[in-house]
Amino acid sequence: MSNRSFYNEVLTDHNISPGHKHEIEGANFELEGVNPNCGDDIILKLRVEDGVIADGGYTGDGCAISQASADIMLDLVIGKSTDEAQRLADMFLRMIRGEATDEEIEELEEAGALKDVSHMPARVKCAVLGWHTLGNILDKS
Amino acid sequence: MNNTLLTDHREDFPLLKQFDAAYLDNAATSQKPQCVIDAEKNFYEKLNSNPLRGFYDLSLAATDAYENARESVRRFIGAKSTKEIIFTANATSAINLAAYSYGLSNIGSNDRIVVSIAEHHSNMLPWQMVAAKTGAELEYMKCGKQGEFSDEEIDRCITSNTRLVAIAAVSNVTGACAPIQKIIAAAHSFGAVVMLDGAQSVPHMKTDVQELDADFLAFSAHKMMGPMGVGVLYGKQELLEKMPPFLTGGEMIESVRLDGATYAQLPHKFEAGTVNAAGAAALDAAIKYYEKIGIDNMEQREQYLTKYAFDGLSQIPHVNIIGSSDSSNHTGILSFTIDGVHPHDVSAVLNDDKICIRAGHHCAQPLLAHLGVRSSSRASLMFYNTTEEIDKFLASVASVRKLMGYRE
Repeated sequence: MSNRSFYNEVLTDHNISPGHKHEIEGANFELEGVNPNCGDDIILKLRVEDGVIADGGYTGDGCAISQASADIMLDLVIGKSTDEAQRLADMFLRMIRGEATDEEIEELEEAGALKDVSHMPARVKCAVLGWHTLGNILDKS
Repeated sequence: MNNTLLTDHREDFPLLKQFDAAYLDNAATSQKPQCVIDAEKNFYEKLNSNPLRGFYDLSLAATDAYENARESVRRFIGAKSTKEIIFTANATSAINLAAYSYGLSNIGSNDRIVVSIAEHHSNMLPWQMVAAKTGAELEYMKCGKQGEFSDEEIDRCITSNTRLVAIAAVSNVTGACAPIQKIIAAAHSFGAVVMLDGAQSVPHMKTDVQELDADFLAFSAHKMMGPMGVGVLYGKQELLEKMPPFLTGGEMIESVRLDGATYAQLPHKFEAGTVNAAGAAALDAAIKYYEKIGIDNMEQREQYLTKYAFDGLSQIPHVNIIGSSDSSNHTGILSFTIDGVHPHDVSAVLNDDKICIRAGHHCAQPLLAHLGVRSSSRASLMFYNTTEEIDKFLASVASVRKLMGYRE
């Protein structure tokens, strides 16, 4: 899989014009995720109310894949219960390992645009950074 | 200057001959000519035995190969004596040797260590360690936006209680040459010594340690067409004589008793354990390759290529070159950012176009922070690169923003 064909519109839009790259007022969960090798760095913040992700955002710096993936993830999980978000995060990580079904990829909506990362070992860490960080937060909540 | 100058020598490099990509990551490691690969192979095929130990002919031949390499290094950097040439595993271990041995025994709590902010982590962290262990004050000498060090900054930092100054002759990020003669003179005026990191300078320009009056100089074989796994610490004999061993054990002793030992003479005092003799023999071949072509000719060719790449890169919109606005102060190194595009994406796109460049912080995080850059891309040239490769690189860089979704 070439990088040239991988940078599709979904990815570049979320990277250039992210919807969730901002601070979250009243956030009650916050965690930093770092890829020391390439310098990707995000700080994920969530406001969880009654077991539901009421709002979420991230700040930081990294490659288009790490940043777009975090933005797409927040589109998907805001408004969902933490259990549901955990289920989706697991599904996403399965997709990146090349183990998700077509139905599951469909369910991941725009995050499905990242499925070809399963053939790009050098970019796996970038794609999963936000989702791993989310998983770690949900484990604590 | 002649564009075709020296391009014939690409034939000397097996990897370049069969590689269809443009290798522009020479500051990370250089490619190796056939003669270097042959020398390493020749050692294991014809000379392999443990040098400096056996009294049979084969071991004596291995010892000769190893010690001849030391003589070549001495000649290459203009040292007075082979006693001043210590073989190590790489430049990092050479600097650590100086830090642990010289630093810990000569620097105290009332002293100051000056480290340039432009240092590669390998000439910064060992001195942070010495400062932490000895209680010495650590002062960072700061460069300007173009990577330059002003006289005022040198005078502000290097003071009467300064014992050591750590500085790279050429920055691995900006490619800028530091005013090392001025810095060495300032340090010596207060009786301080200078740890020169020559990893990016020794491979690209004539170095004469006597002319520089250098105290310590570290560099790596693999960045100068030699093998990985060999580094050099040059030290003035009078400094090395007084230093305690860094590592202790085999082949660095004169005699050992149950209650102690006396150590071998220089340079073997600092070469504990079985040495990388095959690697040293290959470095010897690399030095002879430099001498055959002439390092001044290589430098001229690299200056030509650097200007060619610099001028091209300067014309691409949204590309920002880090360091000097004068291409002659880049030593083949062009670090750059593209507005709105992360370096990791830049190198991924360039990889698709078969161009090898570096992305990241280049092991110099404090310098990038000082320059207000989080990370950057870096192309670095060697005399065997061609203008065709640079054209390919420039076209690829020019295509990146559009690919990443920007309209202009």
